[in-house]
Amino acid sequence: MSQALLLSMQGISKRFPGVIALDNVHLEVRKGEVLALCGENGAGKSTLMKILGGVYQSDAGTIHFNGQLVNIEKISDAISLGIAFIHQEVNVLDNLDVAANVFLGREPLKGPFKLIDRTRIHADTEPYIRRLGLEVSSDTRLDKLSLAQQQLVEIAKALSLDARLIIMDEPTSSLTLSESERLFKLIGELTEQAISVIYISHRLREIEQCADRVVVLRDGRNAGELGHEQISHDRIVSLMVGREINNFYVQSNASRTPGFFKVRGLRTGRYPAKMVSFDAGKGEIVGFGGLVGAGRSEMAKAIVGLDPLAAGEIILGEKVISVGQPRSALEGGVYLVPEDRHGEGLVLGMNVRENVTLPSLKRFSPFNFIRRRRECEKAEEQIRSLKIKTPNAETLVLNLSGGNQQKVVLGKWLGMSPKVIILDEPTRGIDVGAKAEIYRLMRSLAEQGTVILMISSDMEELLHISDRVAVMHEGEICGVLDRADCTEEKIMHLAVGNRSVRS
Amino acid sequence: MKKELGISVLLLVLCAIVASISPKFLSPINLTNTANVIGIYGIFSIGLGLVIITGGIDLSVGSMFALCGVLLAMALREWKWSWPAAALLVIFIPMLLGYAHGALITRLRIQPFIITLCGLLIYRGLARFIANDNTKGFGEAEGFGTLRDLAAGKLFGLPMPFVLLLIIVVVMWFVLHRSVYGRYLFAVGRNEQAARFCGINTRRVVASSYVLAGLLTGISGILLAFYTNSISPSNHGNFYELYGIAAAVLGGCSLRGGEGSILGIVIGTALLRVLENLVNLLGIPSSLNFAVMGAVVLLGVLVDQLFQTRALRKTPK
Repeated sequence: MSQALLLSMQGISKRFPGVIALDNVHLEVRKGEVLALCGENGAGKSTLMKILGGVYQSDAGTIHFNGQLVNIEKISDAISLGIAFIHQEVNVLDNLDVAANVFLGREPLKGPFKLIDRTRIHADTEPYIRRLGLEVSSDTRLDKLSLAQQQLVEIAKALSLDARLIIMDEPTSSLTLSESERLFKLIGELTEQAISVIYISHRLREIEQCADRVVVLRDGRNAGELGHEQISHDRIVSLMVGREINNFYVQSNASRTPGFFKVRGLRTGRYPAKMVSFDAGKGEIVGFGGLVGAGRSEMAKAIVGLDPLAAGEIILGEKVISVGQPRSALEGGVYLVPEDRHGEGLVLGMNVRENVTLPSLKRFSPFNFIRRRRECEKAEEQIRSLKIKTPNAETLVLNLSGGNQQKVVLGKWLGMSPKVIILDEPTRGIDVGAKAEIYRLMRSLAEQGTVILMISSDMEELLHISDRVAVMHEGEICGVLDRADCTEEKIMHLAVGNRSVRS
Repeated sequence: MKKELGISVLLLVLCAIVASISPKFLSPINLTNTANVIGIYGIFSIGLGLVIITGGIDLSVGSMFALCGVLLAMALREWKWSWPAAALLVIFIPMLLGYAHGALITRLRIQPFIITLCGLLIYRGLARFIANDNTKGFGEAEGFGTLRDLAAGKLFGLPMPFVLLLIIVVVMWFVLHRSVYGRYLFAVGRNEQAARFCGINTRRVVASSYVLAGLLTGISGILLAFYTNSISPSNHGNFYELYGIAAAVLGGCSLRGGEGSILGIVIGTALLRVLENLVNLLGIPSSLNFAVMGAVVLLGVLVDQLFQTRALRKTPK
């Protein structure tokens, strides 16, 4: 492995209205090196990478690439330098074939009419496909490929662009274990060809496995760096955390009623052959862990009646909730705060008042006519009690920050005396301060006797907020861990479908 | 509210220009006639606007007019139905068709454009078939004077269609801007998924907007039939859906859904009718009619877009 520097970012600062996202950060990548970039959500990893990728401009700092001082102003600048991004979500056009995706925007043309040279585009794609061990032909449509294969197509695209540096952001989040193994082997092969990789992941085990060096960011600053022989799970975590985070958990003294909310044999449209059963007590926070695609969100939708194919039994106290009927769940007080805030939680083009009152509108509208004053009072009430930072109730929610948007979604349901509330990734993309507020809110709701089901892929959150953690794998709960003996390792074991650690 | 104000000003300016060039514009006959057509066009445009607010579209309105007109004339003159029965028939049919459109759109997830395009072709064909491609009319026949008075008479000197429009505007304003149902229409149009997650039965909301549009189409279908007094099935109501869409868009509805207002739609309609009046009064060749209308809608949309991008630039993100 050569030791020459490929990339050197020095003194990078970036400020957003109200937050300093990056403060004098430096980052160096050598040729043919796998550099793991670690940090909690909001530590500044993605901002730093977006500056490198030309999505954002830094306020201060310099970038040297391959020994030259460069100025990356737009995405195309980064591409022409040979910097490629592999995002967490696969960004491909699945209505086109492999060759069209690899050469999108750079199609080889021929003839006087500049038509696409079909022979050449496929011939040019073949070597990349073979190099990556992708066992499909170049004219296969992408919707016929698995997610892992689609990701390989993205890597093929990066290689075809002569990428010298490939940034991989949580590349394994939607891959199976064996697919991930193959990806690591591929990363090894890339580095042998002097291509450098910046690897971003929350899965520390993967980093131990494939990284040559680890750089940890914390609150927008460099928190530390570990060389190859120093890399260990514990060292990374202590650099990442750096401060007390356990204090989010508040031991609750509220009397719990076990078995208040019962789910029995719940089947979802996604996993019709599997069944989910669990109990949750009044005032309990049950965390749901598992990998992406484990069927947690599907379970949540089935519970509130949004999955028409769902079947099973749901009992709340003495009442039976009819599965598959949204109204039954709604009237029973069973609510869902969905994972996708923009797509499912909010009507972005409406204001705070209209969003907050949308589900409860009928309750204070005699003869279906909206009582404006009552509506405004309701909205103001939630803005006050949740401390939603908004100029006023008439502000469009798309102008609020992520944390405040999430509070608006919560506000929709909290005004309707929830009995069971399901929070799907409640703090994704939210800064630390707002996070703590949302945790406090969840706890105080639980104290009032609400059952809280929290789906989370954030390990710290699962460990520190939940009273119990149920771990799902491919549509089933494969284990429930009590708070006392819940560890990251046990959750991971269960999440990958290994039932042996059941306790 | 700003949008409505903008096109109201545009409407007033236009009226002032026409009036200053051609004094005939302010003559009682012309005003009455303009109010009359504004009434007829306004009623179905409101229905179309509701559909557009849910993010849908209805292209079958004009063909429904032909079908309703033919059926109304035949029921009254050839089948000797009583007028209330005939009127109910031609109001019920568009509602039923609207229900069918809504059901196909929400249950089978077929795009509204396609469904109602098929409707446009089918109902026109049916109308021509039922009428044997003959022009149907009311002539001087007796026995349905009440309906004729209701549809083409006057009240306090105002043409009935205009009076009906005023009533419908008031009712629909409350429905759209003050009722839970109206709020749901906007929510579904903006983000159907989020509305569904709030426990709103989005299918029913969308489907009902087509039924409501059918009701209003039926009503203005009767008005239009008595206005023209003879219905030639091959071109009665041609292009009317497009007038309605143009009025709604001019009035601030977005074809992406979730935006629009009753007042805007009505002012948009009035603007288009005054424009047509202008073409007639100013002696512009009537062959240019469409071109003028198209140019004005285009201008309106362009100006609106301009203001919007400027407003966006001003608000710091």
